[in-house]
Amino acid sequence: MTLDTVKHAAETPESEQPWKELGLKQDEYERIREILDRRPTGAELAMYSVMWSEHCSYKSSKVHLKQFGEKAPENDALLVGIGENAGVVDVGQGYAVTFKVESHNHPSYIEPYQGAATGVGGIVRDILAMGARPVAVMDPLRFGAADHPDTKRVLPGVVAGIGGYGNCLGLPNIGGEVVFDACYQGNPLVNALCVGVMKHEDIHLAKASGTGNKVILYGARTGGDGIGGVSVLASETFDSTGPSRRPAVQVGDPFQEKLLIECTLEIFREDLVDGIQDLGGAGLSCATSELASAGSGGMRVELDTVPLRDATLSPEEILMSESQERMCAVVEPGKVDRFLEICEKWDVIATVIGEVTEGERLEIFWHGEQIVDVPPRTVAHEGPVYHRPYARPEWQDALQADDANALARPANAAELREQILKLVASPNQASKAWITDQYDRFVQGNTILAQPEDSGMVRVDEDTDLGVAVSTDGNGRYAKLDPYAGAQLALAESYRNVAASGAKPLAISNCLNFGSPEDPAVMWQFAEATRGLADGCLALGTPVTGGNVSLYNQTGETAIHPTPVVAVLGVIDDVTRRTPIAFAEEGQLLYLLGDTREEFGGSAWSQVVHEHLGGLPPQVDLDREKLLAEILISGSRDGMIDAAHDLSDGGVVQAVVESCLRGGRGARLVVPDGLDAFTFLLSESAGRAIVAVPRSEELRFTDMCGARGLPATRIGVIDGDSVEVQGEFSIPLSELRTAHEETVPGLLA
Amino acid sequence: MARVVVDVMLKPEILDPQGQAVQRALPRLGFQGIADVRQGKRFELEVEGPVDEAALARIHEMAETFLANTVIEDFVVKVEEPAAAGEPK
Repeated sequence: MTLDTVKHAAETPESEQPWKELGLKQDEYERIREILDRRPTGAELAMYSVMWSEHCSYKSSKVHLKQFGEKAPENDALLVGIGENAGVVDVGQGYAVTFKVESHNHPSYIEPYQGAATGVGGIVRDILAMGARPVAVMDPLRFGAADHPDTKRVLPGVVAGIGGYGNCLGLPNIGGEVVFDACYQGNPLVNALCVGVMKHEDIHLAKASGTGNKVILYGARTGGDGIGGVSVLASETFDSTGPSRRPAVQVGDPFQEKLLIECTLEIFREDLVDGIQDLGGAGLSCATSELASAGSGGMRVELDTVPLRDATLSPEEILMSESQERMCAVVEPGKVDRFLEICEKWDVIATVIGEVTEGERLEIFWHGEQIVDVPPRTVAHEGPVYHRPYARPEWQDALQADDANALARPANAAELREQILKLVASPNQASKAWITDQYDRFVQGNTILAQPEDSGMVRVDEDTDLGVAVSTDGNGRYAKLDPYAGAQLALAESYRNVAASGAKPLAISNCLNFGSPEDPAVMWQFAEATRGLADGCLALGTPVTGGNVSLYNQTGETAIHPTPVVAVLGVIDDVTRRTPIAFAEEGQLLYLLGDTREEFGGSAWSQVVHEHLGGLPPQVDLDREKLLAEILISGSRDGMIDAAHDLSDGGVVQAVVESCLRGGRGARLVVPDGLDAFTFLLSESAGRAIVAVPRSEELRFTDMCGARGLPATRIGVIDGDSVEVQGEFSIPLSELRTAHEETVPGLLA
Repeated sequence: MARVVVDVMLKPEILDPQGQAVQRALPRLGFQGIADVRQGKRFELEVEGPVDEAALARIHEMAETFLANTVIEDFVVKVEEPAAAGEPK
């Protein structure tokens, strides 16, 4: 086969090209020809096809994501915003924290272990590329029905992959979620988050500047894995025949990644790089075009210098390969020797593959012949933008009219008791310890809180005890009923979780998991959810620092529930003041903060007892969330509360059961005036938390709530070894523990 | 009893971290001249009864669904000549 050079392409304008097979649309292919004023070469076509894929270009979502910038709240803490590898937040004492959540959904369905493992690897490199040392990971996961055979195939592989990769890197896994719902059957969601810490002056950006600077590719050799992963895999719908299409998935090597981390951090310490970018989706196509596009000059790359695992790879394949554990750096000529020396020390292969040029073109050569000559911006940042049609689905009204508040409620105390036991034993409400115990949660010795606490918390500075807390939340059921409110509820829950553990929420990252953007109903859900999230972030003062969109999560015509997952990051000045969820001290008083209404739409109760999804999700009141957070943070800082648990799915009873089991103490509860036992225990009204207050602090605490205008109702006391609701029922802790802890191992072990 | 061997190897385009680790160790241990190492798995199955087409089909299915992860691995099924029983070495 003759090499398809730029010259050859100009001479053979009529050559047939496989643009369709590479996932490009007719008009997109024509636009490429317009930009180049000739047909693209094979290598150029490969680059455009992967970079213009939905996964890399955000072509369907871009117009909606703009709101995160337009509606960004004033926030002094934001050091680097959307658009870089990850956002960076100032947490004080000269420290900056970077964090981001990304999806690896489709690969994890095809090959659960490696898909999930490389998902962790990818997000860790994103964080590393910002200049930070990765310090913790988290994984929000969603699977099909807990008892479905395919869940038994996918879940153990995903969990082992996350644990295997993360544990080998020595990164604690401090939280996340596991949700089961039939809508994720065939489309599991494997989202991965990483948090990294650095000093302000260590921030690095992905740009190539300074004519003559060298472009160095370092890390693993390039192989034939994951070719076209983003264009084919992440941007198209699975057909209903299941995982029949098996394009090359990638296998990760966490020990190589560990070397890459230490090597890169040493390179940062010696200030050897001008710009840096990790290689993830779209591989070298992405790294070279993004670096060149963000910088001031052009770039020239000698592609045949790329170290290969398989010598037969074509230039197109090298450009598209998604081999893991690779990074690309821009280095001043005088620093190249030292850079290569450090790589050698860490046993990391490093090669100068090109340099920054004066022009404005990205030029790639193969054995001296030019195969790419493009304006890098057109590849990386000026891809197609779609204003996809969207429309509120016809069924939305009927769904909302199917009121969950009208469902049959338990007729008596015995039935209520039985339903509560069923609830805490249901797969979504049951303990996920069987899963999270497979992750190393405490490696590095800085983990303060991890699952099942409200948020994961790590210490940043061992002398001052400064720390950060992160929580990830999302509720696809709420979002299905009302995507605008559902996104805000995810944000509010995550915000509340961070505050409940005593940290001040600063900023968010998000992973937006939706069905096909070509379906106007899905696009409406996406538009509503992004609008809700942007409005919510403005109201709470927490800017979006970045994130990821995963579309085409559907099988045939059926899309998953719209599932915006929100990660909130908070700071705590003194981690020794953190608030755990455990009810540990007998005699402490339990207070319910916030208002409880009859709100059962999308609730865990409606799902577990009635297999129902309908009505409206709980009301959103972001001012209330802010006030609640302030009280939770002050209460923790001033020693007024010893335990706190946010209220979300499963309501009061779920929180009380979790806190009692965690602390090994029972609780005696009284139904407050004006509420019936059922609503009190199971409603999912937002903006609420339960706190345990030492008796000596009761007056000070209630005075503070009174003065600030937050309803605080005394609902009981930590006492005994059962959960008792006076006048209703009592359940021994042992019975609750069996119900809560045996479900997940029973289904999956 | 007849023996059937299933050899499982990672597909050629898939990264083999174990093989790479072995390859890197070789020169350190004084073994020169090895350009690449790929490591696989070998299953030796002692089959009850005759190794006929039906038995091989069963083994093939076993390899495809359990012994190998065909998303990332290839496998080969081979029938070994039964070891002559009782012969002194």
